[in-house]
Amino acid sequence: MTVTNQASSLAERAARRTPAAVAVRARGLSDRAVAWLFILPTMLLLLAINIFPLIWAIRLSFTGLMANLPNPAGFVGLDNYIDILTDEDIWANFRVTAHFVFWTITLQILIGLGLALLINQRFRGHSFWTTVILLPMMLSPAVVGNFWTLLFQPQIGPFNYVIGFFAGVAPSSFSMIGSVALAPWTIVLVNTWMWTPYVMLICLAGLRSIPDYIYEAAEVDRASPLRQFWSITLPMVLPFLMLAVLFQAIQSFVMFDMVNLLTSGGPGSVTETVSITLKRAAFEKWETGYASALAVILFVTIFGAANVYVRALNWVKQQ
Amino acid sequence: MRMNGTHLSLLCCAGTLALTLGTASSAQAEGKSLTMCWAAWDPANALVELDKDFTKATGIEMKHEFVPWTSYADHFINLLNSRSTECDLIIGDSQWIGGAAENKWYVKLNDFFDKNKISMDTFLPATVVGYAEWPKNTPNYWGLPAMADAVGWTYRKDWFAKPELRAEFKAKYNRELEPPKTWDELIEISKFFTGKEIDGKKVYGSYIFTERGSEGITMGVTNAMYNYGFDYMDPNKPYHMKGIVNSAGAAKGMDVYKELFDCCQPPGLTNAYMQEGLDAFKSGQVAMQMNWYAFFPGLNKDPNVGGDKIGFFKNPAGPTGQFTQLGGQGLSVVAASKDVDDALLYVKWFAQPEIQQKWTDLGGASASKAVLESDAYKASAAYAPSFVESMGMVKDFWAEPLYVPLLLDMQNRVHDYVVANKGTSQQALDALVKDWIKVFKQEGKDPS
Amino acid sequence: MSDVHAPRPFSEPSPLARRLAAAAVVLYAVIAILPLLWIGATAFKSQADAIAYPPKILFTPTLEGFVDLFTVQTHQSHDFIAKLPPPATWWEKIARDRDMVIAGPSRVVERFLNSLIIGFGSTILATFLGTLAAYGFSRFRVPLADDLMFFILSTRMMPPIAVAVPIYMMYRWLGLYDTRIGMILLYTAVNVSLAVWLLKGFIDEIPREYEEAALVDGYTRLQAFRKVVLPQAVTGIAATAIFCLIFSWNEYAFNLLLTSSEAQTMPPFIPFIIGEGGQNWPAVAAGTTLFLLPIVVFTIALRKHLLRGITFGAVRK
Repeated sequence: MTVTNQASSLAERAARRTPAAVAVRARGLSDRAVAWLFILPTMLLLLAINIFPLIWAIRLSFTGLMANLPNPAGFVGLDNYIDILTDEDIWANFRVTAHFVFWTITLQILIGLGLALLINQRFRGHSFWTTVILLPMMLSPAVVGNFWTLLFQPQIGPFNYVIGFFAGVAPSSFSMIGSVALAPWTIVLVNTWMWTPYVMLICLAGLRSIPDYIYEAAEVDRASPLRQFWSITLPMVLPFLMLAVLFQAIQSFVMFDMVNLLTSGGPGSVTETVSITLKRAAFEKWETGYASALAVILFVTIFGAANVYVRALNWVKQQ
Repeated sequence: MRMNGTHLSLLCCAGTLALTLGTASSAQAEGKSLTMCWAAWDPANALVELDKDFTKATGIEMKHEFVPWTSYADHFINLLNSRSTECDLIIGDSQWIGGAAENKWYVKLNDFFDKNKISMDTFLPATVVGYAEWPKNTPNYWGLPAMADAVGWTYRKDWFAKPELRAEFKAKYNRELEPPKTWDELIEISKFFTGKEIDGKKVYGSYIFTERGSEGITMGVTNAMYNYGFDYMDPNKPYHMKGIVNSAGAAKGMDVYKELFDCCQPPGLTNAYMQEGLDAFKSGQVAMQMNWYAFFPGLNKDPNVGGDKIGFFKNPAGPTGQFTQLGGQGLSVVAASKDVDDALLYVKWFAQPEIQQKWTDLGGASASKAVLESDAYKASAAYAPSFVESMGMVKDFWAEPLYVPLLLDMQNRVHDYVVANKGTSQQALDALVKDWIKVFKQEGKDPS
Repeated sequence: MSDVHAPRPFSEPSPLARRLAAAAVVLYAVIAILPLLWIGATAFKSQADAIAYPPKILFTPTLEGFVDLFTVQTHQSHDFIAKLPPPATWWEKIARDRDMVIAGPSRVVERFLNSLIIGFGSTILATFLGTLAAYGFSRFRVPLADDLMFFILSTRMMPPIAVAVPIYMMYRWLGLYDTRIGMILLYTAVNVSLAVWLLKGFIDEIPREYEEAALVDGYTRLQAFRKVVLPQAVTGIAATAIFCLIFSWNEYAFNLLLTSSEAQTMPPFIPFIIGEGGQNWPAVAAGTTLFLLPIVVFTIALRKHLLRGITFGAVRK
């Protein structure tokens, strides 16, 4: 990645520039030793808790193991993969996930960027209200998902009464969680409510990183505010925005706790995202081999998409 | 009524405890403790009370680990499977028994029962099959029937008694407004109540289970399907399911459940199990509620809807019979426990007739014939007579070692059809048979 | 990154624009906060009020929810309670008024303690390791640095649930299942990738002349790191810590799957506070409210670092 290229070349230059570094080696640990001392623990931890299990999962995905049965796993070749990829239901779950990820990201970006632009106007008390807006992000998705089931209860929860009041419909005439048409939007709504603050925060950091002199120059050129936005603000914030998209896309792709407690995948299967299917296969049905295969497919999908995306991100940075 | 029972049994207990266990053991038992694992619900509270007597009698302290129903199976099967020593005693669900027996998670109790003269004949036959035996209908015991339970119904007696409603109902259906005896009547009455304004609120006919994540909708829909011709397999040909599970009658039963859901379920209760039903009933949203009998003692005492306002009836009949879904659990000793002997001591204590009586009095539900079939019990509470009858007409879900995949497959197929309107009931059941055949093949059984 | 804390943008917005912006932001904040206020209010409702149909906005506050959260109670007959000695404490009185008898403390305190230990433990560890690694990548020529940094980022792309099965089996085997240390290590591993990326961007911005000067003055590398770089990186570290804590404080799936009791934290516990039949919403709400407090306090305390800390310096040229 270009970023690190730049960093390491800086380090080279620094090393060339400082003869003192040579002297240091005599006194303390050598730079090389310090570097490894600093980096290795992180690497080892990631290897042990991320990479090793991943390799194990790949191995398990070719077996018919059921972790709750004492009998040993048999090698089944590609059966699990074939099962999954030919299963209409799994494809439906991928479509549910895609709908969820697409809309939740779109809404988060629009609202998050909008809020950041507004807060950047620095009205009085903006930092207080920023903190208030951040609150939903600090909650546990599981706890919140659970509590939203009460808020969405048509008869005893407040949500339908508020909407009913403004829309002029009876509170019990619709059900956010129970209706096939609304439920996919309900999970989008709750996820957007939770994570918009995160996107807002990153956008805000982006806005604050734009040096004033650029606007000053634009002002001198008498560029309209709208033009300033399109030609300065947006391009400067874009890398931040794209990073927010990356983190949030991954987060919503693998998100399981909120949906599980809010709808548990229902009604029918209209909110059953792939991560819920995976959890059920792995830890309820204990179809370990099958679940591992699904996990590998999921990982490859995310990894592939993220790879393409990071390339795009780097390209944007070049511009 | 309840307090009389409590009274009596307190006296009983004091006597028997002194007799059977003596006080000598309490000194030796200093510092000992046992952990009892179960679900977090009303009867568990009663168990905490009951266990105080055990501690008094033996000096063994009782700890309790109660997990909510929606994660009860996941959590404890995980524990058992990992040979955890967390639980010494477990009140495990009836469906676990196959896996628990085949994987030796539980201690087999035959020798222990013989030695201590505990006879399975003293318990209701359905509970022995359901909570103790594996393989089914063979004398191999892995638990002691502990908590008898089945699906039943509550209704708002005060609403049913309103003269204007009774008159209107009679004019419309030409019969009295009484608790339903058949599923057809159940649907009629549900439709009659739905949309009515009672006490200034719009009400709905009936509440039924629709939960998707664990076992809810299956435990609900079977109450209709059993009575329209559904069964799990051909009685003469084990594991043969085609034409039985997906028979025309079974599909009709599923349609009936869906009809009731579509017409008369309060809005929003599309992923609802025990607690949502209780909430709906307690907050005056529904005229009738499907739920487990285990909650009925609590509801009967409820300050808002209990007492005179509540009535109970057993699961209505259908064209092919009258069955109801078995719930309930057996008490088992965890094989991995470090204190198997103390745990067995508890089982012995728990099996005593006096303790069984007190257990029921406190709000549990003994499966002992002596307790349930006594006239005193039937007269003890409004739900008691229909409970005893219900326990005589129960059927249970699969109890195979791989019951979880079987259950989750059924959950998906039923929820897809009943709640999300996907396909037809016949298609759902045809797909279910395919799902189940696949699971049985994994288990090495021949379902063809 | 001196431009980050520029006092204000050059083009001063008009007062009207500011007021409109303020109105829009406040409106959003109020709507977004409503569910939280409802949770807070429910914590002080009685069970009947919590599930009232239609919902109640005005109600008589009670501490029932908190009593239910902290105790295990059993339902008893009226007469039985009448015979008991009078309640010794106010919480016992609250329970008795509803025909309940307190049987003992609930496990909420243990769970809360676990949340504190695991949440803050893993945050400290992740931030610590992240700072070291970020410094290492920022200042030294590490072979394959690009690949290693990408590798670190890629662990972030792994769905936690995807590796949950092997981690579950591995933890069983190593005896880390249902242990606090196991959970701390796991959350650290999940967080450390974010920490490295956030902090590397930040440390890149710290002028290396400072350290070089220190080295010339006779400091060792480690001393220079400790005495010169760390104080400069405080803002970045604080922001990173907030993000790490938000994750590990609230994490649910791993904790649900990898613990059974000893190391269980609050998130898997709160949704399942069951009362006498029916979910005990006031107790759930009370637990949620108490659970939210530490992280809010922590965030507010470190608030001024939050914005300046997440520069993602790595993103910018």
